Amino acid sequence: MTALDDTPAGPAEAGQVAAPDEAVGARGLLRALLRNRLAAAALVVLAIFVVVAVLGERLAPYGRNEVSSADKLRAPSLEHPFGTDQLGRDVLSRVLIGAEPSLRVGLVAVGIALVAGVVLGLVAGYYRGLVDDVVMRCMDVLFAFPAILLAIAVMAIRGRGATNAMIAIGVVYTPIFARVTRASVLTVREQVFVRAARSIGAGDLRIMTRHVLPNVAAPIIVQTSISLAFAILAEAALSFIGLGTQPPEPSWGRMLADGRGFIQDAWWMAVFPGLAIFAVVLSFNVTGDALRDALDPRQRSAIESAAGRG
Amino acid sequence: MTRYLLRRVGQSVVVLFGVSVAVFSIIHLVPGDPVRLALGTRFDQRTYDALVARAGLDDPVLVQYVNWLGNALTGDLGVSFRSGRPVTELILERLPATLSLAFGAIVVALLIAVPLGLVSALRPRSAVDYVATFVSQAGISIPDFWLAIVAILVFSLTLGWLPSSGYVGLTEDPVEWARHLVLPAVVVGTVSGAVLTRFVRSSALEALGEDYTRTARAKGLPRRVVIGRHVLRNALVPVVTVTGIQLAYLLSGVVIVEVVFAWQGLGQLALQAVETRDYPLLQGAVLLFAVFFLVVNLVVDLLYAVVDPRISR
Repeated sequence: MTALDDTPAGPAEAGQVAAPDEAVGARGLLRALLRNRLAAAALVVLAIFVVVAVLGERLAPYGRNEVSSADKLRAPSLEHPFGTDQLGRDVLSRVLIGAEPSLRVGLVAVGIALVAGVVLGLVAGYYRGLVDDVVMRCMDVLFAFPAILLAIAVMAIRGRGATNAMIAIGVVYTPIFARVTRASVLTVREQVFVRAARSIGAGDLRIMTRHVLPNVAAPIIVQTSISLAFAILAEAALSFIGLGTQPPEPSWGRMLADGRGFIQDAWWMAVFPGLAIFAVVLSFNVTGDALRDALDPRQRSAIESAAGRG
Repeated sequence: MTRYLLRRVGQSVVVLFGVSVAVFSIIHLVPGDPVRLALGTRFDQRTYDALVARAGLDDPVLVQYVNWLGNALTGDLGVSFRSGRPVTELILERLPATLSLAFGAIVVALLIAVPLGLVSALRPRSAVDYVATFVSQAGISIPDFWLAIVAILVFSLTLGWLPSSGYVGLTEDPVEWARHLVLPAVVVGTVSGAVLTRFVRSSALEALGEDYTRTARAKGLPRRVVIGRHVLRNALVPVVTVTGIQLAYLLSGVVIVEVVFAWQGLGQLALQAVETRDYPLLQGAVLLFAVFFLVVNLVVDLLYAVVDPRISR
């Protein structure tokens, strides 16, 4: 899209940096991440949120929609550490229970984008020619729409709700995965081991999955972490404007929207869910940058990808 | 250069064609009858027939597309299902608000990014650098609509310094225009500034390592001149590119922040179109956003090629 995007961002090196031996690679990677103190803290935060999302209701002091009409809009106290909302529901409990829908939508959306984008990028980069042109021009078209607007347009067609939010966000982030994958495939396909595999008669599918894919994994892993940050932000945004997760299910974006109406009397309703979103998104961004430093130092950072997120 | 220019323009035209097909498809991908959905309970046969006829929805799809594209190229984006007014008119009304916010935010972003990025490049791997890097990482992770709510809470509801919402035209009342602009521009500019800081830092670092910087230093120029004339000027070239992309993003409407500040801009208009199922209005807005984005990107790329001739080779 821009001159910056066109600079060869070093996926050439990516292939070689990634250890072919998966087990050693994963353990070494974790060790590298933990050495970086900021990344270690981010991983701890993410681990906590995953536990919260899994345990959800069992961790919350009150039920998801447990209403106490005597306790409407109570300020934070020992009984309700994050206060209560306009219906007398405990905000802490809802923030904890809201972790699951918020994370699930982001995770599935990135899963969709990852699978679709990697397959498209792999095929385009491997076969080149007309397939490449057609696939990548389609990705350019998707990329021409501002992210949040594209998501909104998809939801305008498919309707509200968490499932459609997953699809919409998945569509939005597919092109970036396709581009990252294709760029790396272009360099890997010319390497000796690919030609060797071809010369002993390996089929295209086998070469793509067994030889090319493992060697383009590094930049894709980095992109996944960064995309998770933006997908969770996008889910919150869609829910905030009422298109994503629907009430009464508590999602952080939805709670922010409720809190906005009571901001003068009950700041805690909007502040705490916002902090939860911020903590998760920041942790994914920090992790993404640390992964990039460890795996593929020449790839663009989270912030640099953010320049194109509009 | 000419070849690069032609190739780059050609690429944009192809993408633009794809964009037009995608936007045109919106109304046809909606399950059911879009006009009936849009009218909802206000349904009456005469309005229905008029809207269907005006949008040409009875024609074969290919004819519809050709007509739609032809009209769009001449600035006619159809008629709003909701208000019956021309979409182009509705969009033009919202343009001043969106332009004000976009330019205001870019100014704020540059005011944050240039000093912060430069300071961190001058002292790489120092405490200042780490703090600046973390701050910019935090900046892109903050949900801007949440920042907007908190800013309203602090600066308008608690301190009472600034109005909490609404847009006042520049020509109506310049002082009120500025007062209303401050909070949204700072909120949006903070996020863009976070993105830009990283670019200023990396390109300043690069310029600091160049031979011309060493030469300037070696011939005894004062540090202020070396940084101002040699480092900053060269460092800002790539920053201009990213600023352009950010501007395109901001012009496309910071949808949700506009909603929070009740800012009568394009983003809010697009969202309203979704809520009222006003498909022609949504199509018009989305098309305009994509065109903005493509044109700004094209201009930025071409400018970049002029500044740095290596790109076009």
